[in-house]
Amino acid sequence: MMGDFAIRAEGLSKRYRLGKTVRYNALRDVLTDAMKAPFRAFKTRSNGTTDGLIWALKDLSFEIKQGDAVGIIGRNGAGKSTLLKILSRITAPTVGCARVRGRLASLLEVGTGFHPELSGRENIFLNGAILGMRRQEIARKFDAIVAFAEIDKFVDTPVKYYSSGMYVRLAFSVAAHLEPDILLVDEVLAVGDAAFQRKCLGKMGETSREGRTVLFVSHNLGAMSALTRTCVYIHRGQLMDFGETPSVVQRYLVENSSEQRSVGGVSRYRRDPYMETPLRINRVWVNEDSTEVPILQMGAKFSIFVEVEATKKIDGAGMDVALKDIHGQRIVVLFSWDNGFALSISSGRHIIQIDIEGLKLTPGRYFADVGVNQTTVTRAYDVILDYPLFEIINQGQVPQWLDRPWGAIHWQEVEWKLR
Amino acid sequence: MQTSDLPDIEIRPDTAFRMLDARELWSYRELMYFLTWRDVKVRYKQTAIGIVWAVLQPVAMMLVFTLIFGRLAKMPSSGVPFSLFSLSGLLPWQLFSRAITESTNSLVTDQRLISRVYFPRIIVPIASVMAALVDFLIAATILFLLLVGYGLPLRVELIWMPLFMLLLILAALGVGFWLSALNVEYRDVTYTLPFLNQFWFFITPVVYPASLLPDRWRFVYALNPIAGVVEGFRWALFGIGTAPGSMLAASAVVSILLFCTGSMWFRRRERSFADAIGSGGR
Repeated sequence: MMGDFAIRAEGLSKRYRLGKTVRYNALRDVLTDAMKAPFRAFKTRSNGTTDGLIWALKDLSFEIKQGDAVGIIGRNGAGKSTLLKILSRITAPTVGCARVRGRLASLLEVGTGFHPELSGRENIFLNGAILGMRRQEIARKFDAIVAFAEIDKFVDTPVKYYSSGMYVRLAFSVAAHLEPDILLVDEVLAVGDAAFQRKCLGKMGETSREGRTVLFVSHNLGAMSALTRTCVYIHRGQLMDFGETPSVVQRYLVENSSEQRSVGGVSRYRRDPYMETPLRINRVWVNEDSTEVPILQMGAKFSIFVEVEATKKIDGAGMDVALKDIHGQRIVVLFSWDNGFALSISSGRHIIQIDIEGLKLTPGRYFADVGVNQTTVTRAYDVILDYPLFEIINQGQVPQWLDRPWGAIHWQEVEWKLR
Repeated sequence: MQTSDLPDIEIRPDTAFRMLDARELWSYRELMYFLTWRDVKVRYKQTAIGIVWAVLQPVAMMLVFTLIFGRLAKMPSSGVPFSLFSLSGLLPWQLFSRAITESTNSLVTDQRLISRVYFPRIIVPIASVMAALVDFLIAATILFLLLVGYGLPLRVELIWMPLFMLLLILAALGVGFWLSALNVEYRDVTYTLPFLNQFWFFITPVVYPASLLPDRWRFVYALNPIAGVVEGFRWALFGIGTAPGSMLAASAVVSILLFCTGSMWFRRRERSFADAIGSGGR
């Protein structure tokens, strides 16, 4: 059948007025705007600028087949969330149109509408209804939801008494039991402990295998590769690429690092640029601070430096650094608590140094995710994603074959003997 | 699954005026129920006496009014005990006042919902009005207990009550739609609301009979739909006040007008709510 698409977008565009999207208007502003209007109209005409308007999405056209699991990647502010919001009818496009075939559920966060005063049981029904489940459907799945969340004993306790881990598990459990034809998911796995995250990824994999259409935004490129076959790559509101996940992810990582970085600056790679946080990661660099992505020799030992800035005293936080290859696959995860290091600092700027020896990576580009958390279940203070960390080259460390295809991430010097 | 069974939704830029989509509202009736239920439930959580507050609030007001306006100011009440007279005005007034207060702030309070999930936005102010209605129904029991206590008969005119209630709710919804939609963009509405409430209270015959007004002003007065409803309440309950007629007709016209214009305005603005309201934080 020709028309078996689930989502079809044609020239989808969304324009925001800068500043008006976040701040609400007071009548005063409108009145003063009206007073200024003649001048503004004149000004606009004279120099032709569009005053404070920004295209969050520009002319996006694509088609997603029923049953496909599709990832959306792109840097912060690329328009990924705007796209999901338009497709889930939360906001209207400025130009263009889209057709959605099937019952659609969007999961832009977990636990939307949870009320702290209500019990777990009550919130399951409320949240289920908000996500579009029928009351009967929720009643039927109730036991499964409680079991998946592992909160049996506390089901009649108000959720304000839940630990943050329990809260997140319950919230995700309700969402995981949705059975829409199309599921839109935005970066909801940023919370929760690792074991529960794996369980959720498994559940989502199940969802896409059941023939459901899934559209999935995540910064976890590894999860993306595991869950999706095709990917949409958006940059500054425009569709850059739409194709097989591995090649799209690779293109994204390369293009994302090709622009010169400002002396170790990480702001472009920050996951939550607008989040209020007592601790921010300011800069990340390897060996010496430089605007270029450093080039290292195979097998060389190196140090990663992370500069953080705290606005209050931080006690016993953990830092994790994950190295990724060009496919977004995580190779090594360094977790400070594993090495008995806890970050306890006063307010102000501090630099953390991580010395790494004996990590033998094959030539290529490598990227880092860096995060600082207080516990494993709360939202991180700050997270830097896909930050281009270094490039490894073979300058004769393995002299026999300088440009060979490596086909692996690690190499190891070993001894070979004929016995 | 057959493709033809699936809902097929067209997403387009905003167009002109849209009417209320009754079919869509019906399909979201369970969400409306749950939001109403949440509002009622949460309001009295962590209070010692819970839902009793719904009764206590109008009764306390009734006592104050009876003391001040009945005993001290000797306000006429057409032969009905002043306590009953004021309560019969207070109940519909408080339903209206609470409904518009809650619905005005409802979209802002639920901004996370608005910016995260799709549903017909108009459900949110409707649920606020319904929650106020639940309070009203609970408080109304005290009115009937008092009626019985004073030995007053239950009049056959009480069958008019559903009509009065309908007009009251239409008016509350209409005002709620207008104010909640405006409040998303202009928070000035929040600050205007206490004044509006106070003013509206004084132009509604809660603590005084409408008969105090000179006749030629009666029709203008009836343009306040709540005045028509309160008069209707008193007529049905005690046989005083104004029998259904031109005053009620004026109230009905204004109520329906408020409801229609309010829902049209709301529908016109609703697709920009998510952008105007912000994301409500992460």
